[in-house]
Amino acid sequence: MDIIVCMKRVPDSAAKITVAGDAKSIEQDGVDHVISPYDEIAVEKALQLKEAHGGTVTVVCLGVAAATKEIRQALAMGADQAVHLKDAGGNRGPLEIAQALAGVIKGRACDLLLFGKQSIDADNGAVGVMVARLLDLPVVSLVAQLDVADGRATVHRQSEVGTEVIEVTLPAAFTVQRGLAEPRYPKIKGIMQAKKKPLEEIDAPAPAGTMALDKLEPPAAREGGRIVGEGKDAVGELVRLLSQEAKVLS
Amino acid sequence: MTRVCVFLEAPGGKLKKSAAEMMGAAQGLGGDGTIVEGIDAVLIGQGVTTLADDAAALGADRVLVADADAFAHFTVDGHLKAMLKAVAASSPNVVIFPASTTGRDLAPALAAATQSAILTDLVELKLTDGDVCAQKPVYAGKAMATVRGSTDCVVVTLRPNVFEPAAAEAGKSAATETIDAGVTQDDIRTVVKEVLAKASEKLDLTEADIIVSGGRGLKGPENWHLVENLAEAVGGVCGASRAVVDAGWRPHEEQVGQTGKTVSPKLYIAIAISGAIQHLAGMRTSKCIVAINTDSEAPIFKVADYGIVGDAFEVVPVLTEELAKLRT
Repeated sequence: MDIIVCMKRVPDSAAKITVAGDAKSIEQDGVDHVISPYDEIAVEKALQLKEAHGGTVTVVCLGVAAATKEIRQALAMGADQAVHLKDAGGNRGPLEIAQALAGVIKGRACDLLLFGKQSIDADNGAVGVMVARLLDLPVVSLVAQLDVADGRATVHRQSEVGTEVIEVTLPAAFTVQRGLAEPRYPKIKGIMQAKKKPLEEIDAPAPAGTMALDKLEPPAAREGGRIVGEGKDAVGELVRLLSQEAKVLS
Repeated sequence: MTRVCVFLEAPGGKLKKSAAEMMGAAQGLGGDGTIVEGIDAVLIGQGVTTLADDAAALGADRVLVADADAFAHFTVDGHLKAMLKAVAASSPNVVIFPASTTGRDLAPALAAATQSAILTDLVELKLTDGDVCAQKPVYAGKAMATVRGSTDCVVVTLRPNVFEPAAAEAGKSAATETIDAGVTQDDIRTVVKEVLAKASEKLDLTEADIIVSGGRGLKGPENWHLVENLAEAVGGVCGASRAVVDAGWRPHEEQVGQTGKTVSPKLYIAIAISGAIQHLAGMRTSKCIVAINTDSEAPIFKVADYGIVGDAFEVVPVLTEELAKLRT
C-alpha cells in the first residue's frame, strides 16, 4: 500500500505570535517550528498502516527552504521518502496550495492520501478536501479511526451529528483528527537514516494571487483582569454582575 | 450587482441556528455602493422541501431545494453535485456556508470544483470594490488576518455565533425551485454505514451560547460532575482544557484551544483552568469570560471579565446553586 501524507511546517502551538513590522507576517525570532500537529498524526497513522500492511510512506511538504527540518523529522519517524515543494514566497490561498499539492501527487502511486484536518497557523481546514476534489478522489474529513482491509477503508468521522462509520474503496483521501494515533518520537537510528533518505526538491509554482492577505494584526485586547472576590463569598456578586451588568444569563 | 448564494444547514428536519446568521451576513453585504441583486438560499437534504418557507421568512429571494434520499447523510460526493447545480442556477459572486463540520467540507469541495478562492472561518464579511473582503482569526486567534478573494465567485465559511441573525418574518414568500441533481447512492463513494453515539440534543461547542470548561485543577475525572452540574444549571455545554483531554478524562471533541475547538460563546466559564496560551487562543473571542482559579496569578484572569480567586470545589457548587435558582 502506497501512502502519501501532506504536511506543513507551522509555529509551535506554545509559541507567542507577534505581528511583524510589515503587518503581513509574524516575528520569527524565538518561534519554534514543528510539523503541524494534525499532520503529524497523519504521518504516524501512515507509518502504522505501513507496518501492518507493507508499502511505502511518502511525505509531501509545500514550504519554505527551512521546512527541510520538519521533513527530516517525518523521515526520522519512519517515512520512506519526501517531496519538498519549495515555496519562494508570496501569499497562497487554499486553492493555490491545493493546486500545487495536487500537481505533484498526480501520477504518483497512491492508495491512501492523508492530511491533518487543518494546519494550526492558517486554520483553513480546506486544503485536504480541495486536493481530493482536484484529483477526483473520494474524501472523508475529521477521521478519528481508520482501518484498511481488502482494498477498502472503514473510518470513523467525528462530525456534529455524532461518529459516522463510513466505508470507502481505495484509493481515497482522509483528513485526520486527534485521537487517531499518538505520534512517535524519532529514535537515534531513525534520525541517522533520515539523512540518507530520498528528498526530492521541486520549485513550487508561483502563486496566482486569487487570495490576498491585506493585513495581519494582534487580536483586540480584552480588558479583563477584574477579580470579583475570593472564595464562595464572591458568588453572590458574580451572579449579580452576570445578570445585571454583562446580561448574559437571559 | 452582486448575487449571493447561501447554503442553509438543516439536519433533522429543521433549520440550524446558524441559518439565520448566514442569511443575516448575506443581507449585510449590501450598501457601500454595492447592490445585492438577489439572495438564493440552498437546501440540500432528505425531506427539506418543507423548510423552503422558513428560508423565505429569513429573507431569501429564491429557495433552491435538492431533496432526495441520497442526501440523508452528508457526503462530499452527494452534496457537492447538488451544490454545483445550485450554483449553476444562481451564478453567484459570493457563496456563503456556515463553518460547521458540513460547511467546512462542502465549501472547499465547491471552491476546488469551480476554481474559486475560498476564505474560511470568517468573523467579518463585506464587499469592497468588487472584491470579497473579510477578517478571520489565524493561529487559533492569536492574530487576525484581513483577507481578500478576487476570483469571479468567492466561497466563504462564516464562524457560527458571530454574525447578527436575520429576523424571521413569517409570511414572506420566495420562489422555490427544485434542483434535480440526479444523485443516487451509486454516486456516493463514501458510504455512511451508521452513526454511532449520536450526539445528544446538546449543541456543538462551536454553536453553544454558554460553555462551562474544566481544567486540571479539578484533580480527576471523578470530579467532572462539578462542570456538568454548572453547565446544566446555566443551560450550557461542557468543554475541557487540553491537559484534561491529554490525561484522558474527557474526549477530544470537548477540547477548547488551538488544537481543539475555537469558540465564541456569549458566556465562557473556566473552572480550574490556568489559561495556557493555546487555550486562551481558542476562547478569547467569547463575549464574557468568567474564571475560577485558586492561583490569583493565573493567566486566565488576564482575559477574564470576572474572576473569583478560590477553590473550585468550594465555589462551583455554590455558584451552581445560585444560578439554578435564577432559572427556576
